[in-house]
Amino acid sequence: MMAMPSNPGFWANEPVRVALTVGAGAALVCAVVGCATVMRRQSFAGHALADVSSAGGSAAYLLGLNPLLGFLGMAAAVAGLMEWAEIRDARERDLLTGVVLGAGLGLTALLLYFDATLGSASGAAVAVLFGSMFTIPPTIVPLALAVAVAALVASAVIYRPLLVSALSGDLARAQGIRVRAVTLTHALALALAVSLAAMTVGAILATALLIGPAAAALRLARRPAQALGLAVLIGLGATWGGIVLAYESFYWTPGRGWPVSFFIVTLIFAAYLLSSWVSSRDRTLRAAATCGEGA
Amino acid sequence: MFAPFMLHAWLLATIVALVSGSVGFFVVARRAAFPAHALPLGAFPGAAAASLIGVSQLLGLAVFCALGVLVISQLQRRERREVASALWLALSLAAGMLLLSLSGVYAQSINGLLFGQVLGISREQLVSVAVLSGLALGVLALCARPLLLDSLSGELAAAALGRTARLEWVFLAILALSTAIAVPVVGALLVFSLMVGPASAARAFTNRPWRALGVSAALSVVTVWSAIALAYLTNWPVGLFVGLLGAACYVSGRLRSAGAVAQAG
Repeated sequence: MMAMPSNPGFWANEPVRVALTVGAGAALVCAVVGCATVMRRQSFAGHALADVSSAGGSAAYLLGLNPLLGFLGMAAAVAGLMEWAEIRDARERDLLTGVVLGAGLGLTALLLYFDATLGSASGAAVAVLFGSMFTIPPTIVPLALAVAVAALVASAVIYRPLLVSALSGDLARAQGIRVRAVTLTHALALALAVSLAAMTVGAILATALLIGPAAAALRLARRPAQALGLAVLIGLGATWGGIVLAYESFYWTPGRGWPVSFFIVTLIFAAYLLSSWVSSRDRTLRAAATCGEGA
Repeated sequence: MFAPFMLHAWLLATIVALVSGSVGFFVVARRAAFPAHALPLGAFPGAAAASLIGVSQLLGLAVFCALGVLVISQLQRRERREVASALWLALSLAAGMLLLSLSGVYAQSINGLLFGQVLGISREQLVSVAVLSGLALGVLALCARPLLLDSLSGELAAAALGRTARLEWVFLAILALSTAIAVPVVGALLVFSLMVGPASAARAFTNRPWRALGVSAALSVVTVWSAIALAYLTNWPVGLFVGLLGAACYVSGRLRSAGAVAQAG
């Protein structure tokens, strides 16, 4: 599936190994949490959470903290806030999400301005918003893996109840599922996933890693478990493929590598287009086979 | 604050706010918050490409806005709008980042494009923005009634007007045009704050649609003026104040309608 890197030293390179590890964790968690997010029609909320986490990331650069902690703190706080507001009306929820998103991004603008003027971290804007995988400090790896494990455990615990309540809230309540606790746990898992993705591809591109592989997998799969597996494969393939391509790109344009995040996002988008082409072709074939039986 | 070099900024911001406030009314009515957020971000590589090949930024923005309209409406035919918007905005942001990193003007221009930049506006820029705004408002005025009907009840509009698929196109086109105008001023990330905040508050002040549209445009102008004044005084980015004031609009609207409900009950 993936061409082996032709340059020696790929595997021996410390930043590459860190990027591969953190990227794998982010892709895995995002695929799992993303499936639930797409099914629950929370793409916008997931995107907003990722964007807003950039405020935490830029604050962390300002204070000299671990950026992952910054992303995580902000994402978890906003996820909690939006769950607390709990608005049933879908239209009102969209508006509130948008407004929170706007305010959060305004805060990011201010903090990045401080980063550039007060601190010495002038590259913070690019690192926070668009990610810089090859400059992730190795000290982040244990924390990143811990966050990934926490998100996966939380998702596993609420897997069935969340699936049921995504299909029908009434059905879930009838089965004795505490819907409120389940959605709150999912919101926190979403915050964990988003902060890992923000660390990998940057806060405003994190949406791609969260939504893309899951949306592509859900188009192709017939069963939830199948969708999960497929989403993980697509996410991992895109992330590692992106890292390999970015590493190679140092040799295309001398002296300047192309950004990793660009490759990852493009690969995810390509996978999504491919899946939607395959699934629509399948549907046409099946419709032709069962000629005239429903739309 | 009212020095001659600021005059262009004030004028431009006023025009942009009027258009954003009016279009925002329909964004809220049509529940199109996410596309309204995705389109400006989709335009971001346009500005980057324009600075790379050295043509007018507005042209680059307009071309990529049009492209965004095409892609989102193509993708949403098969998939729900959310996913289409999410993927398109991520792809275009990544492409913009690549273009900026290749052109080597990376860090400086990224802040301006994403979070807004009101200074250094030329006369030509002002004129072209005024013309495009007039165009956007004109088309909006022509289609306002069918658009509103379609937003409130798609079936009713289909019964009264026949084909309504074209209306979605017209709406996205107006959205794209107003986006292209607004991005250089308030930044790609915060354009939609200006559209959604005032328009959502306007709903709380009146039940009549056209009056709400007027309130929305007025609130939007006030928001932008205050944002520029505050930015001038504090030297902090305009985007901060646009985002926070947009949220303040929304919260005050919610409080007002909650108060009205409490009084009625």
